Amino acid sequence: MGTIKLPRLLIAALIFYVVVTILSLDQVHILNGYFMVIINRSLIFVILAASLNLINGITGQFSLGHMGFAAVGAYVSGTITTLVLKLPAPQPGFWITGPIFIFMIAIVIGGIAAGLVGFLIGFPSLRLKGDYLAIMTLGFGEIIRTILNNIDYVGGPRGLLGIPKFSTFTTITLFTFLIIVLLRNLVQSSHGRAMLSIRENELASELCGIDTTRYKVMGFVIGAFCAGVAGGLLAHLLQLAHPTQYGFLPSALVLIMVYAGGMGSMTGSIFAAFSLTFLTEGLRVAFDNIPSFRIGTMDVRIGTEWVMVIYAILLILIMLFRTEGIMGMREAKLLIIEEKKKK
Amino acid sequence: MAELFSLQQIVNGLQLGSIYALIALGYTMVYGIVRLINFAHGDFYMIGAYAAYAAFFLFNAYIAPGNVLVFIVLIVAMLVGAAVAMLSNKFAYKPLRYKPKLSSLVTAIGVSMFIEYFFSAFPPIGPSPRGFPEVLPKVMWTMGSAQVSNYVVIDLVVAAALMTGLTLLVQKSPLGRAMRAVSQDKDAAKLMGINVEGIISFTFLIGGAFAGAAGLLAGLTYPRIMPYMGILPGLKAFIAAVLGGIGNIPGAMLGAYIMGIAETTANAYNSLLGEGIAFVILILVLLVRPTGILGEKTADKI
Repeated sequence: MGTIKLPRLLIAALIFYVVVTILSLDQVHILNGYFMVIINRSLIFVILAASLNLINGITGQFSLGHMGFAAVGAYVSGTITTLVLKLPAPQPGFWITGPIFIFMIAIVIGGIAAGLVGFLIGFPSLRLKGDYLAIMTLGFGEIIRTILNNIDYVGGPRGLLGIPKFSTFTTITLFTFLIIVLLRNLVQSSHGRAMLSIRENELASELCGIDTTRYKVMGFVIGAFCAGVAGGLLAHLLQLAHPTQYGFLPSALVLIMVYAGGMGSMTGSIFAAFSLTFLTEGLRVAFDNIPSFRIGTMDVRIGTEWVMVIYAILLILIMLFRTEGIMGMREAKLLIIEEKKKK
Repeated sequence: MAELFSLQQIVNGLQLGSIYALIALGYTMVYGIVRLINFAHGDFYMIGAYAAYAAFFLFNAYIAPGNVLVFIVLIVAMLVGAAVAMLSNKFAYKPLRYKPKLSSLVTAIGVSMFIEYFFSAFPPIGPSPRGFPEVLPKVMWTMGSAQVSNYVVIDLVVAAALMTGLTLLVQKSPLGRAMRAVSQDKDAAKLMGINVEGIISFTFLIGGAFAGAAGLLAGLTYPRIMPYMGILPGLKAFIAAVLGGIGNIPGAMLGAYIMGIAETTANAYNSLLGEGIAFVILILVLLVRPTGILGEKTADKI
């Protein structure tokens, strides 16, 4: 196996990072704090969508409880930084100092915990197919939510509050970049091809000698790990973790990103995560500015709650008229590992 | 703490089970015919509850609360549920009938999200919970160690009547024979001159009507309705259908009553267990007997 080269992707990530950082500087002030929150959120949703794409798109399984794994990551890392170590709120210009490394370790531990839960859930349930697996994972998400609602140590229904704001643009970009590289290399390795073959035809790939259960569990665990990392980042960005953030509907949102982008295409997931997060915010602002009008005696106000209605219609329309998603199975050149030229 | 296996818990369980049974029948019939988990089915139940709520205020001016009013409200709830189910079939599921199965599943999630968010965004309905009106005066009887209200009787009678009607329809009528034929083999049924799309549409109609009826019963029994009320009962009713053997009509009824009694009993013991027992049952069924109690083992076609 040759060495894996990633210059193109690394360069692209660096350009993105530098440009956004410069634009967000106080002196330039093109991207204000509001925009930075949206960009950070989209990056976290990139992780979530890309990792769900590994489970649903590449391995051909069906998970409806992806946010359940994110909840595990969020609560585990949040508990470590907030309740156990009681880390102080970060100071400006702190990012070389100690707490940030502890934070990163906590995020990774959260991811590992989510991966462990993914293993526990995945092992029995991956004997199931399509529909049953969907219900099983949906039920799992609800169980996680119920359990979190009942653990008083992490706040129960009030949620875990007062998490220090460690997720900055830098840390989020770093984690997103690493996870995209991880997923990309996995998908384009022989393991990834084994997973793809399960999606195409499980029976045939088993006949070719592929240990399908092992690869299904592997996809599930890695997907869960990434979701856990994203959950940890989200908790440290919003400074709270709340059971309702991780129910069925948020999981369905990530699912929409995967299917809108194109099942099996990482480019599609990344693109859809960015554009749908921005679209949501854009629509929110737009709907906020629509003045109320009267129909008969009733005051009608088109408010931000209609954003989600539009989302749902979008999903149905994409499914009806472009079942394979925006990108289909295609990948951007940036995300394809460069092969060494043979002489 | 109440005794674990008291008569009262059984009564409550039967009441809850009746509601689950009506929802589960819709799931299991649709699954039996088009092999689709209709995620929006729990939302048809929610719509039924809101339709009953609206019908109550529409007819209350002319008819005093009582059994007649309950009957009228029940009819309205069933009609609205059936109409929404047929519309969703026509616009969302029918065009995808011969596409990959997962795309129908995702569309079903989309329909479910659309109904929930639309109801909570639509100003006359709104996201906040509403109290369900008292459609008829409550009467309590004491039966041994249990308190039985006339609401329990209504729940059980409505569910039993509908289920008997459905069983007769499916087993004895030509339409039922056509439904069974389509669920066994769509292509062969088409060759025998059966209007397959019509039968599928009819199945959605029955399922939606039953879910609407369940919505009214739920409104009577647990008088608080809101746009997201359908998610959890829908999920639990689906689990009940899996427990009984998905695609099997008597199985769905049996599974729903087992589920109802298990849930009320577990709830009396510990509320966390009560919330989680459905999923414990699901995991156990899928591990021990994935075909369900009454389901038959079928070989996968390759």
